[in-house]
Amino acid sequence: MKRVSVKMNFILTTILVIGSGFFLLFANNSFGDYWSRIITLIAIYAIMAVSYTLVNGVTGIFSLGHAGFIAVGAYTAALLTLPIHQKAMSFFIQPLIWPLNSIQMGFLPATIIGGIVAAFFAFIVGYPSLRLTGDYFAIATLAFAEIIRIVIQNSYSITNGALGLKGIPSYTTIWWSWGWLLVTIVVIGSLKFSSYGRALRALSEDTVAARAMGINVFRHQLMAFVVSGFFAGIGGALYAHWLTTIDPRPTSLGIMLTFYVLIMIVLGGLGSISGAVLGAIFFAIAAQWLRIVESPMNLFGLKIPGIPGMSMLIFATVFILIMLFWRRGIMGKRELSWQLFYNFFLKEAGDRN
Amino acid sequence: MSTSNLIQDLINGTLLGGLYALIAVGYTMVYGILRLINFAHGDILMMGVYFSFYFIAALTMPWWLGFIVGIVGAGVLGFMVERIAYRPLRSAPRISSLITAIGMSFFLESLAVVVFGGIPKSFNLYPTFFSKILIIGHTRIQVLTFFILAVTFLLMFVLIWLLYKTKIGIAMRAISVDIPTTSLMGANVDNIIGLTFIIGSMLAATSGIMWAMRYPQVQPYMGFVPGLKAFIAAVIGGIGSVPGALVGGFLLGMVEILIVGFFPNLAGYRDAFAYVILIVLLMFRPSGIFKVYSEQKV
Repeated sequence: MKRVSVKMNFILTTILVIGSGFFLLFANNSFGDYWSRIITLIAIYAIMAVSYTLVNGVTGIFSLGHAGFIAVGAYTAALLTLPIHQKAMSFFIQPLIWPLNSIQMGFLPATIIGGIVAAFFAFIVGYPSLRLTGDYFAIATLAFAEIIRIVIQNSYSITNGALGLKGIPSYTTIWWSWGWLLVTIVVIGSLKFSSYGRALRALSEDTVAARAMGINVFRHQLMAFVVSGFFAGIGGALYAHWLTTIDPRPTSLGIMLTFYVLIMIVLGGLGSISGAVLGAIFFAIAAQWLRIVESPMNLFGLKIPGIPGMSMLIFATVFILIMLFWRRGIMGKRELSWQLFYNFFLKEAGDRN
Repeated sequence: MSTSNLIQDLINGTLLGGLYALIAVGYTMVYGILRLINFAHGDILMMGVYFSFYFIAALTMPWWLGFIVGIVGAGVLGFMVERIAYRPLRSAPRISSLITAIGMSFFLESLAVVVFGGIPKSFNLYPTFFSKILIIGHTRIQVLTFFILAVTFLLMFVLIWLLYKTKIGIAMRAISVDIPTTSLMGANVDNIIGLTFIIGSMLAATSGIMWAMRYPQVQPYMGFVPGLKAFIAAVIGGIGSVPGALVGGFLLGMVEILIVGFFPNLAGYRDAFAYVILIVLLMFRPSGIFKVYSEQKV
């Protein structure tokens, strides 16, 4: 079998990235507002999914707390970019506490700080939780995420409580979201294929054997968890500036969001970065497409009323079917690579020559 | 806090605790046998409440018959969930069945939104007799409270009798220690696991119906938070142990009510207590109050 050389790989990847850039430029200018927003959302979902798959797929521990870190990133960044007069207007139950009520900064530093704060929370959550294994870890992270949500809901002087934040500037454009996605993929991708990543994958296969080989299980898992938390925070910051309104209901930044991201990574194949991206693309497009089911329509003269909630039911059904019959998902644990393309499309032709 | 308030809180705590305990039994039995957190348990509860709601409201049946239909319906649903979603994955990695359970929970919630509608409905389909208020000393207690407490304790005694005095109960406890050996002893493993799901779901639905009577509302997401808390109650008691789940349920209900009773300004954080207890417990004594035998194979 012919190997695709490193140089070839690099050239093809660069072409792909530049090509995607031109596609996005084209999409941004000619697809109209609606589709530009969807394309932006795809990248935000992909950032959340890629960071989630680092923990749930690559490392093989199962966290249910992702939405908590997304919420932390979203709130941090939103509080930093909200115009000061908007803050004074929104916080009418209790005024915002001191340093936050007089700060307003640009989008990039706000996003990065959002990621850092989320990473810090990931450390606080991960440090005690990672001593647990399996489903106990899952339930502990879920509990932490719920605590984060409940604290947000009750801290009126910081987060405006249940009222949420309104009027967040809609800074998130195609460029910001896809740019951050590129950063996410590069960082988590290089992490996955570094010696750290190999250690993580060893852990996910067999913790005891990995420990016997001298891998510090706790430190590796914690590092992956914190990196994942950082990018979840970035995703949250972008999401907040895409939505422009955020609130701590369970259906917006709570367990529901964790479900959605879980659907994406299970569909894409747990542990695959490119799978997570594909899963996010499928999810975002399918969610738009399934809106048809929820709105009333006219089929051959028959008036069919829209069924609210139907799209979620379809997602849930597909999710269970995937778990029962197609557990490896689109990519399994593999990654999309030029080698894979080469093997798939050119190998037979090559063999014949 | 005055004495009458304290008595009121103690009664409310017992009541809430009993409701948690009935739900927790299903979690602990399933976890004991399959090592699976059945995330859909709370949603089976919710479906049971909806069944009885529509049976009473739409078919104008007597309320007690509606309750029985809801409870039996939840039992059937629990059995089907196990048969369709969990049994095929029994030999798969444990994390797969956990993910499937989450999917099942999500599925039942969206199914309820589609079939029954997402708007909360008021659940006041029981005779007015229940909402009468008795005044004992300075304490005001609804008749409903006595009804719920009586049903809860009755069911607990029946359950304990079933588990410790009947052949089926012995098989259920045996299976949670060692599945292959139990099946060599002539017990039909699949049937007993199915039965476990039926019993757990029926108890949860009973609890859910009483929950809906007490906090008179029914909505598609009503099962999730009580379900999660009942799971925590099961962990407090030592997961896998039925008496532990009962004790854990009462403890959790009591703590939730009493903390708010003593510190009213923490009321907004009420839902967080259970999670904090869970995390602290998992850090320092993951085996809970009643330690259950377990081994870790390499």
